[in-house]
Amino acid sequence: MTGITLTVNGREHVVEVEDRTLLVHLLRDELRLTGAHVGCDTSQCGACTVHVDGKAVKSCTMLAVQADGAEILTIEGLANGRELHPMQAAFREHHGLQCGFCTPGMIMMAIDIARRHPNPDAATVRAELEGNLCRCTGYHNIVKAVVAGAERMGEPA
Amino acid sequence: MYELAYSRPESLTEALALLAEDEGAQALSGGQTLMPVLRARLAMPSRLVDLQRLPELAGIRLVEGGIEIGAATTHAEVAASAHVRAVLPALADLAGGIGDPAIRHRGTIGGSIANNDPAACYPSALLALGATVTTSRRTLAAEEFFTGMFSTALEPGEIVTAVRFPACQRAAYIKFRNPASRFALVGAFVAQLPSGYRIAITGGGHGVFRWREAEQHLDGGGAMAAITEDMLDLGHFTGDLHGSAEYRHHIAAVIVRRALSTLA
Ligand SMILES: Cc1cc2nc3c(=O)[nH]c(=O)nc-3n(C[C@H](O)[C@H](O)[C@H](O)COP(=O)(O)OP(=O)(O)OC[C@H]3O[C@@H](n4cnc5c(N)ncnc54)[C@H](O)[C@@H]3O)c2cc1C
Ligand code: FES
Ligand code: FES
Repeated sequence: MTGITLTVNGREHVVEVEDRTLLVHLLRDELRLTGAHVGCDTSQCGACTVHVDGKAVKSCTMLAVQADGAEILTIEGLANGRELHPMQAAFREHHGLQCGFCTPGMIMMAIDIARRHPNPDAATVRAELEGNLCRCTGYHNIVKAVVAGAERMGEPA
Repeated sequence: MYELAYSRPESLTEALALLAEDEGAQALSGGQTLMPVLRARLAMPSRLVDLQRLPELAGIRLVEGGIEIGAATTHAEVAASAHVRAVLPALADLAGGIGDPAIRHRGTIGGSIANNDPAACYPSALLALGATVTTSRRTLAAEEFFTGMFSTALEPGEIVTAVRFPACQRAAYIKFRNPASRFALVGAFVAQLPSGYRIAITGGGHGVFRWREAEQHLDGGGAMAAITEDMLDLGHFTGDLHGSAEYRHHIAAVIVRRALSTLA
């Protein structure tokens, strides 16, 4: 067991983890933040996407001990009370989800995309969503939601 | 995940000592290949030695005649680097097309070349550009470093520290992407160096290789459009469920012509 300190959604946690624990399992099983999902064994689906020090990464492809000292942001940390983050609101408005399994990962990746490409066009969004798979929507409404959400993120609050 | 131990050394010396003292220890860089491999139990090292934050493996530097990239530099950092864009834009494009954004945020050049996946992107750039690989023990030409699929000249406990590329504006990488894995079904890196044309092909199946017949054809003044798969040994290619050897062989010639046409 190794003692690590990490900040998750603005709150500092000091936890003991086994070295083999994946970051996604620490988040889900220990911290009970079950928004990040595990959809594959092969680092391909993106359902587990969270931000580590401001960058979208696959939390199933990283050990929790590697996140010692890091700032983590998960889907649970986006809304301000009852007020949704603009990207969450855009997914709701544009019907960017059906079963919702891929949605937390999609939204975390979408926010990362919006930060790197302010006002992205649909083609950019499609290319950037390469590593996030959805079995339900056919992607059209997800792309619309990300374009709209990115636009709203760029507006002055 | 099976039981294993993790160390995060502070220096290259400490990392080398950790690898030397435990035969079951393995280097961990971005983990974007190694973690899925461990989860599938295709390898079961007893200890992972994390190289990602070693200062000796960090940074992108302009050097005499080219650029040096630390082994722990991520694909996203290479893609976004103004230095790489300025002296070797084709390499920035290559790095920006690896996997997806999350893979690029963590995966590194050192990990990619040490792994030498037969469908990986970077090895073709190193081979075509005549890059040199610096390790904790020596400096190797790309040609000596890559020794066949998933195999390199690295000895147990040896760590890649940096890769040095010559500056080159007349270079291009085209990946014929496998849409499922995002790796290259076939990829071609072409470059026009002072010494002549260089063409490296990845995705063939046996590991990255140079297409010397096409290089010689171009250096002898032959037309780009006249390059066909008839000049390319079919023996470099294998088939799998994604495509037959003949298909890859044909696509290789097509994308080499396409890549060359962007230089003109
Ligand atoms: C979904 C997905 C899509 C991908 N698509 C592509 C693609 O399109 N093109 C492509 O080229 N790659 C692709 N990759 C692979 C990706 O580029 C990896 O980042 C890369 O192959 C390995 O780099 P890493 O830093 O993650 O290394 P790790 O996974 O940490 O290590 C890989 C191997 O190298 C060894 N190693 C690592 N660093 C060193 C070092 N400095 N010295 C000595 N040995 C070392 C490790 O021990 C291990 O054996 C993809 C991966 C995934 C999961
Ligand atoms: S669960 Fe992480 S990529 Fe699929
Ligand atoms: S909404 Fe069901 S997987 Fe995307």
